[in-house]
Amino acid sequence: MSKKPLEGIKVADFCWVWTGPTTTRVLSNFGATVIKIESSRRPDVWRIQPPFKDNVPGPNRGGVFNTQNTGKLSVTLNLAHPKGIELAKKLVAWADIVTDNFAGGSMARMGFGYEELKKINPTIIMLSSALMGQSGPWHDSPGYGDQLTAISGLTQISGYPDREPGEIGYYTDYIAPRFNAIMILAALEYRRRTGKGVYLDVAQHQASLEYVSPLILDYIVNKRIANRMGNKCEYAAPHGNYRCQGDDRWCAIAVFTDEEWESFCKVIGNPPWTKDPRFSTIQGRKDNEEELDKQVNEWTIQRTDQEVMSLMQAAGVGAALVSNAEDLMDKDPHLKYRKYYKELVHPEIGRLRAPRQPCVLSKTPDEITRAPLIGEHNEYVLKKILGISDDEIGDLVAQDVIV
Amino acid sequence: MTQSEREGMLGPYRVLDLTDEKGLICGKLFGDLGADVIKIERPGGDAARNIGPFWHDEPDPEKSLYWFALNANKRGITLDIETVDGREIFKKLVATADFVIESFKPGYLKKLKLDYRALEKINPGIIVVSITPFGQTGPYKNYKAPDIVGWAAGSGPFMRTFGDVDRPPFRISYHPQTYYHAGTEAVVGALVALYYRQMSGEGQHVDVSIQECMAFNTGWEWDLNKVDRKRGEGIIPVSVKHMWPCKDGWVMWRYTGGPMASRYSVPLIKWMEAEGMADDFMRNFDWANFSHYTTSQDIINHMEEQTIKFFMTHTKAEMMAGAIKYRIMLYPIATSKDIVESPQLAARNFWQEVNHPELNETITYPSMWAITSEAPPKISRRAPLIGEHNEEIYGKEMGLSADKLVLLKQAGVI
Repeated sequence: MSKKPLEGIKVADFCWVWTGPTTTRVLSNFGATVIKIESSRRPDVWRIQPPFKDNVPGPNRGGVFNTQNTGKLSVTLNLAHPKGIELAKKLVAWADIVTDNFAGGSMARMGFGYEELKKINPTIIMLSSALMGQSGPWHDSPGYGDQLTAISGLTQISGYPDREPGEIGYYTDYIAPRFNAIMILAALEYRRRTGKGVYLDVAQHQASLEYVSPLILDYIVNKRIANRMGNKCEYAAPHGNYRCQGDDRWCAIAVFTDEEWESFCKVIGNPPWTKDPRFSTIQGRKDNEEELDKQVNEWTIQRTDQEVMSLMQAAGVGAALVSNAEDLMDKDPHLKYRKYYKELVHPEIGRLRAPRQPCVLSKTPDEITRAPLIGEHNEYVLKKILGISDDEIGDLVAQDVIV
Repeated sequence: MTQSEREGMLGPYRVLDLTDEKGLICGKLFGDLGADVIKIERPGGDAARNIGPFWHDEPDPEKSLYWFALNANKRGITLDIETVDGREIFKKLVATADFVIESFKPGYLKKLKLDYRALEKINPGIIVVSITPFGQTGPYKNYKAPDIVGWAAGSGPFMRTFGDVDRPPFRISYHPQTYYHAGTEAVVGALVALYYRQMSGEGQHVDVSIQECMAFNTGWEWDLNKVDRKRGEGIIPVSVKHMWPCKDGWVMWRYTGGPMASRYSVPLIKWMEAEGMADDFMRNFDWANFSHYTTSQDIINHMEEQTIKFFMTHTKAEMMAGAIKYRIMLYPIATSKDIVESPQLAARNFWQEVNHPELNETITYPSMWAITSEAPPKISRRAPLIGEHNEEIYGKEMGLSADKLVLLKQAGVI
C-alpha cells in the first residue's frame, strides 16, 4: 500500500449530481474521508438516472454515480427534520471541509450558511460551487452542464458556421470540478499556514470562462465576436477529422509545419496532387482547404482509423482515431498499459471500471475504491464518528431522521 | 494589512514554468493564487507568443492576447537550458523553487539531466509536474497531440458523441481546450503533492496525460451493458429542439414533461401567455403527460412553431431576463460580446483593469473564478515581456553581476 496524501482530511459532502461529486472524488481518491450526506427521499440524481447495470433501475446500480463517488462514505439524513439538521451540523463540527453545489443561496436557506457553520467550526473550509455563484441577479438560477456550456460561450464556438450551434454535452462539468478541487487544496494549504478557515464561492460559470479568456479579450480589444469554425485551425491544414473504413469511423489529422507536411505526403505515397503548387505552402493549403480535405478523405476512407493513426504518428504527424467508449476501455493499448481504468467490485452490480484521477503522482498515486450503497455507512458514521448509541439510533430511525 | 492577508493562498511558493501551450494555464492558475511564477522562455521568446488573436490585430510577440490571457501573474526570464551555463542557472533556480512545470517530450529533460531524479538531488522537496499528450509512459508516449488529436484520442465524452452524422465530429474551435483541461488538472495534482510534502518533506513527480484528462468520466453504458450509442442515434423516438433561434442569436431550452415540466415547459407557456403568444392548445396542454416517448411529433412540431415565433420577438438578453423572472431553465448561447455585457458578471465584479504601460493602454480582463473570504485570487500583474525580469531575477535575486549578464546574453544563454 502506498501512502495516502490526503489521509486524515475530513469532508462533510453535501454535493450531488455531477460537478460536486466529481470535485470531492479527487479528495476521496487521494485518501480523505469523504462523507456523502444524502437521503433516499431526495436521492442524488445519478442514483435514479440511467445507465443502470443490466438496465435494471436501483439507487446503487447507476454507472455515473458509481464512478463519480468512488471511495466515499454514505449517510442518509432527513434535512427537512430538525434532528437531521442537528446531525449534519455535528458532521460539520467534525469536518475540515464542507462542500455543496446547490444553486446560490441554498445552503444558507437550509441553515448551513458559512456564517452559521463558522460558529460550529471556526476553521472550517467551505466550498460552494453554484452555477452562477452566491451573488448577482442570476445567483439562484439552476441549470445543468449543457446550459452552462451555452451561457459560457463554448456552445457558440462548437460546430459548423453554416449550421445551428453544435451540441457538446455537459462540457463544463469537466471544467468546474478541477477549479473546485484547486480552490479546496489551496485553502487547505492556507489554513495550514495561517490557522484560518475560508469560504470559497466558486462560480462554475466563471471557472468555465477561463477556457475562453483569449476570445473575451479579442472582443474587448478588437470587438471581434468569435464564431464556430468546424474543425478548422487558422494556421494548419490538413486539420480535421477524416472519414475512415467502417461505420462513422474517423481519424483526426493535424499538419502544422512544412516538415509535417512532407512526412504526411510521404505516408500517403506522394501522389501527384501533393506536388500541386497550390498545396506546397501553408497559405496555399489554407486557401484550397476544401480541395485538400477531399484528397485526404479519399486516402483515409480506404483505411482503418487505427492504420491511419499509426502510420501518421510513426512519421511524426499528429493523428488519433476518434475513439468511442469501447476503443478507450477495451482497445486502446496505451490506456491499458497505463492502467487508466481501475476495476472495482461492487456488491450489487458486480464488476465495473472507473477512470483514475488523470494526474499520476509518483509516490502517492490515487487509490480508487468503490462508491457507497445508499446509507451504507449510517451505522459507522453515527456510532463511530458522532458517538451516538444504538438506542438513540433506533429513535432517530423511528422519528424519520435517518432516511 | 498583515502578511497573510496580503499574500495569496500560495504566497510562499515559487513555480518555474518551462511549458509551451500545453501547460501555460497551469502556471497562470498558480499565479492567480499568489505563487511567484517565473515563466522561463527560450531566448527570443516562446513560440506561444505567435498565437493570436493580437492586440489591434498587430501580429507581434509582445501583443498576443492569447499570451496575455495565459501568462498574467507570471514574471518572465529568458534562458536556454540546452546550454551548460543555462543548465547551471536553472539548477540554482530549482534550489529556490517548490514546483517545476514542463511540457517537453518525455525523456527530453532526462537527456539534459534535468529530470525529476536529477532535480530532487538539488532540492528534495521539489515537485515536478509534466504535462504531455499521452503521459510519460506507454506505447504512445512519444505520439504528438495537437488539440484536435487530443480531442480524438480521449473523445469518449465529447467528440465521438455529438454532431450531425453527415459531417465529421468536431472539436471546440480556436485555442486548445485539451491543453486547458490538462493544465488545470496539473494544478490539482501539484497541490495534492504539496499537501503530502508538508507532512513528509518529500517532493515527487506528477505525470499528466492530455488524453486521460479528456477521456475522464465516460463509458458507463459500455462498461455496464456493452452498449455504445452511435452519433445521431437518439434515445427518444421523436425529435425535440434543443437550440432555438431568437431575435439576435440562439438560446438553449427543451420541451420537458413530468416533474421537470415545472422548470421548463410550464413557466415558458406562462410567459408566452403573458405576452399573448400562446394559443389555446398550448395553454390547456397537460404537461404532466408530455413525454418524449408518447407525445406525437405533430404535437411537438406545433408547439415548436409557436415557440419559435415567440423567441423571435426577443433578444438573448431579454430571454435571459425572462428566464430569471419566470424561473425557466433556459440559457442563451452566449457570444463573447454577450459575456462582456453580462449583468451577472458585472455584479460579481468579474472585470479587472490591467495596465499595459508599453501599449499605453489599460485592458479590461476577465478575472477570477472564485470569490473567497480570505486571500482572494486576483490578477496582480500583466503577462511578462520577453526577458522582462532577467535583471530583477538574475541580477538582484541571484546576484549575477552586470558583466556576467552581458556575457550570458552574448553567449545566447539568456
